[in-house]
Amino acid sequence: MAKSAFLKSSIAKKYWMALTGLFLCLFLVGHLLGNLQLLMGNNTEAALQFNKYALFMTTNPAVKLLSYLTYISIIFHAVDGIYLAIQNKKARPVAYAMSNPSKNSSFSSRNMAVLGTVVLIFIATHMVNFWYKMKFTDQIPLQTISVDNGMGGKQEFIITADYGQSKFMPKEQLDGKNLVQVGNKIYITKPIKVEFAEGYKDLHKVTYEFFKSKAKLFNVIPNEGLVFTLFYVLSMAFLGFHLWHGFQSAFQSLGINGKFTPAIKVFGKAFSVIVPILFAIIPIYIHFISK
Amino acid sequence: MSAKKNININLKIWRQKNASTKGKMETYKLDNVSTDSSFLEMLDQLNEQLINNQQEPVAFDHDCREGICGMCSLYINGRAHGPDTGTTTCQLHMRKFKDGETIFIEPWRSKAFPVVKDLMVDRSAFDRIQQAGGFVSVNTSGRTIDANATPIRKEDADKAFMAAACIGCGACVATCKNGSAMLFVGAKVSQYALLPQGKVEATERVLNMVRQMDEEGFGNCTNTGACEVECPKGISLENIARMNREYLKASVL
Amino acid sequence: MALDSKIPQGHISEKWTNHKNNLKLVAPNNRPKIDVIVVGTGLAGASAAASLGEMGYNVKAFCFQDSPRRAHSIAAQGGINAAKNYQNDGDSTYRLFYDTIKGGDYRAREANVHRLAEVSSNIIDQCVAQGVPFARDYGGLLDNRSFGGTQVQRTFYAAGQTGQQLLLGAYSALSRQIGLGNVKMYNRHEMLDIVKVDGKARGIIARNLITGELERHSAHAVIIASGGYGNVYFLSTNAMGSNVTASWKVHKKGAHFANPCFVQIHPTCIPVHGTNQAKLTLMSESLRNSGRIWVPAKKEDAEAIRAGKLKPTQIAEEDRDYFLERKYPAFGNLVPRDVASRAAKDVCDAGHGIEANDTNEGVYLDFASEIITKGKQAAFTQGDHNPSDAKIQELGKKWVESKYGNLFTMYEKITDENPYETPMKIYPAVHYTMGGVWVDYNLMSSIPGCFVAGEANFSDHGANRLGASALMQGLADGYFVLPYTVSNYLADEIRTGKISTDTPEFVEAENAVRQSIEQLINNKGTKSVDYFHKKLGLIMWNKVGMARNEKGLTEAIEEIGQLREDFYADVRVPGAANELNQELEKALRVADFIELGQLMAKDALLRKESCGGHFREEYQDAEGETLRDDENFAYVAAWEYNGSDASKSVLHKEELKYEFIKIAARNYK
Repeated sequence: MAKSAFLKSSIAKKYWMALTGLFLCLFLVGHLLGNLQLLMGNNTEAALQFNKYALFMTTNPAVKLLSYLTYISIIFHAVDGIYLAIQNKKARPVAYAMSNPSKNSSFSSRNMAVLGTVVLIFIATHMVNFWYKMKFTDQIPLQTISVDNGMGGKQEFIITADYGQSKFMPKEQLDGKNLVQVGNKIYITKPIKVEFAEGYKDLHKVTYEFFKSKAKLFNVIPNEGLVFTLFYVLSMAFLGFHLWHGFQSAFQSLGINGKFTPAIKVFGKAFSVIVPILFAIIPIYIHFISK
Repeated sequence: MSAKKNININLKIWRQKNASTKGKMETYKLDNVSTDSSFLEMLDQLNEQLINNQQEPVAFDHDCREGICGMCSLYINGRAHGPDTGTTTCQLHMRKFKDGETIFIEPWRSKAFPVVKDLMVDRSAFDRIQQAGGFVSVNTSGRTIDANATPIRKEDADKAFMAAACIGCGACVATCKNGSAMLFVGAKVSQYALLPQGKVEATERVLNMVRQMDEEGFGNCTNTGACEVECPKGISLENIARMNREYLKASVL
Repeated sequence: MALDSKIPQGHISEKWTNHKNNLKLVAPNNRPKIDVIVVGTGLAGASAAASLGEMGYNVKAFCFQDSPRRAHSIAAQGGINAAKNYQNDGDSTYRLFYDTIKGGDYRAREANVHRLAEVSSNIIDQCVAQGVPFARDYGGLLDNRSFGGTQVQRTFYAAGQTGQQLLLGAYSALSRQIGLGNVKMYNRHEMLDIVKVDGKARGIIARNLITGELERHSAHAVIIASGGYGNVYFLSTNAMGSNVTASWKVHKKGAHFANPCFVQIHPTCIPVHGTNQAKLTLMSESLRNSGRIWVPAKKEDAEAIRAGKLKPTQIAEEDRDYFLERKYPAFGNLVPRDVASRAAKDVCDAGHGIEANDTNEGVYLDFASEIITKGKQAAFTQGDHNPSDAKIQELGKKWVESKYGNLFTMYEKITDENPYETPMKIYPAVHYTMGGVWVDYNLMSSIPGCFVAGEANFSDHGANRLGASALMQGLADGYFVLPYTVSNYLADEIRTGKISTDTPEFVEAENAVRQSIEQLINNKGTKSVDYFHKKLGLIMWNKVGMARNEKGLTEAIEEIGQLREDFYADVRVPGAANELNQELEKALRVADFIELGQLMAKDALLRKESCGGHFREEYQDAEGETLRDDENFAYVAAWEYNGSDASKSVLHKEELKYEFIKIAARNYK
């Protein structure tokens, strides 16, 4: 019975929560390091660096493998968590008339399911707004650069990885007929479809526009960029509370509780404060500070 | 010593005739309770009053009244064994309460601990977990090796003792928001895991005890740590971690 | 009926071995056909049930608690004796045997006590093998400490929770057998009668405490291991549920009850605080290893303390009377319990008591000098040869905490005083009953097939039990005696076959129980059960307590007889018979306590000597020590039931012959 129970037993569920949770913590670090590049400002070089990084992250096979692991972890962590929450609810069919849990446990530890659900909702919207657009649509334009045409006007050039000698390609050439964009690549359609050049999806611009948008959300709420910024900051607060308990809890679940525990706890608390704050700084910076 | 004085209190107590009927909270007033009384002596006083008024006394579990048998329970003012930490209900004293205070008294709430009557619950789930593996399989011949033949590190012996100090009262389950019994099971698994005598059957023990625990309908541990805070014997969360380790070893290796 | 103790022939050190070799056996294939009932799951009951289950008998175990793990053995704090001589201080089986006989003031059976000493070592081996976490030293070997009445260190312990650890060990063995299906456990069941068929014990009537149903259970042998009867005093260190009912029912059906007046009053308990008190709390005897007992030497100081005008710490060293050290220099604070209790009573009677309650009864147990001694030692070990007072205090308190921490915490919780800073207040309280159902060497009562083990029997402790010996006896009986002697009895039962519970004997017994329950329920009196129990307790404590005299005992017999009548006339038991009814449970127990209390007074009245826990004021020497009368009272008083008026019970005597120990005055000076 031993091996089969390993997937079903209460303790096994703890392991899986812990392992997936800790893996997601690692993901958070990676994701954060990449995103912090957004703080380099709203200029072509900064944007290019960020967009190149984004391209790498969506195409590198090793990163791909990691990203699949991340998706699985999120799904498993969420499903297992919800399942546990339901089971745990059932373990106490009659509630106490009077309960005073703040005397014996932290707010975070008692509300992991709620906090996790909010984080999950955040992840869903976040992915719809960026990840989905980036991966599955051509809604994200390629990054361009505006160059003085010597006649007092400006011309838009798409920045490409290799375009003859130049790194630029005039934007008007990408007419959607002879030259078309598929993903981040530009193809010549006639006489046969041939790869012509590779650009960079301008995720940087999309991100900046997202948080700076003055449009009305759902045609009602003005200044949707501010709403998005606040939503992101709030979500990061929820993430912080989730991590506050989750990080050190994972070690306990994996059976690590001993002389390193105080250090793990301190590190976990630092992690749960610093990581979400750094994440939250990005929309704040974009919305309020950047040009 | 606190000055001797008497207080008047209001009590809100769960009354339930038996396992198959529904219960509800009832209100009682009790005057002249000595602050030197233990909490259970206060309930004795209430019962004396109820009997004298031709009412039915409140059923509650209690036996040794010195904090070791684990029979007493009670969720008092929203906490297992009341407001004091490291204390069983029988060692809680009325000096911890104020004159005029309203005190809520409820039974342990857990699917695995059904209410038997009023404030009494059935904790035989714990016995069944113990029967599933909480022992060393040695016959009582008295012809085992000499007690000092196997030295045991003092640190291990002390830790095993601290785990074995569990009184099986069920406060961990009662206080856990998930109704989890892992502190109880972890303590038992740990006691044996720390001693050479227990290592031989360590694999079967942890697998069987955890299986039984799950079958009894206890919730899952989410490491809130409430059990450790409310445990009258100060059983450490380390014991749950050790059980997790033992389970991992037993399952994977 | 003549009392045959069935003590085997031969030299004391060979009796048990020879006896075992000659006992009959039951072959393994026959054992599952034989049923054994065990009532009580303390050390004796749990270990007996586990051992017999392990052998293959079909065992049914009963306890009134919600789990076998809660039996009151769990509350034993200090330790368990065994003649291991690990400390190399001259201990031996003989010395443990001798100390126990002497400690019991020469009123115990030699052969039983020697057997107990012989198997004591096996108990420790067995418990360690079961994973009982005894205290160990830094070398990883077992640690020992001293207990009262001995001059060696032979007490094994697990902090202040030795009884708990041993009981959980026995409970784990029992749980294993339950899991294997060899033992069927009946929690929350109370035995209310024994059923005899053709003179033999053949089963019990038990009440399911949840449903109130009466159940018939049959067996080829019944083992009673239901503990002692200290709760006859209402206030005692026993658990609230501890009761004499199982023992009393077998007594009523023909088992003799021996030495009921031998009760141990433990010297170190927390004094009574008020009238609503339901329970007294023991502070382990082990504290007397480190604490010094004293009262103010001047009466006016004691008065000032009681009035709250003086604190104990303000009494100068020369104004303190360390009365145990003064009276008994050889054993000092570690004299046996009966001696220490009486000494405390004497100083309080003389007006030196320090507790501000109705009786002014209380003495100090002071750790101040031990804190200084151990603090200095600890400082020296750390290389500090000139430690400051503060450092000494700090280290000393730490040492005390490591040794007795849980007891100190318990004391503070109950009294709201910090015993590290101010001495503990203590006073004697009823703790253990040496008397019990009379049994022969095989632990069988005068009912064939009914065995009695642990505190419930009378056999090993004479008139006073030494500390750390109760645990030893419980486990010895259950693990190492009953499996042999019960098998010997059952060897003649292999052809009996299943015993029916439909026989007239079972029907009759069940009806009688039902009737007694209905009588209580339908009584509809005006007073609660506790009212009568408290009244009984007061009579017992005042007249059959630490010091007894002819006048008081005669009055007690009279008053208890009257109380019995009042009880049946006016007790009120609310609720119904067919439901969980804690008042009914109490009423049934108190009914038996009342009868027992009267027998205790009668037994005490007839024993015109002082010995061990039985102190008759008429029989004391010039210094107030017990004066034994070996010529006329070196016997076990075994009482035969003769109706609910216990004063009419019939006395049988079992002469105590001391062949291997020279009987002498008990001297701890």
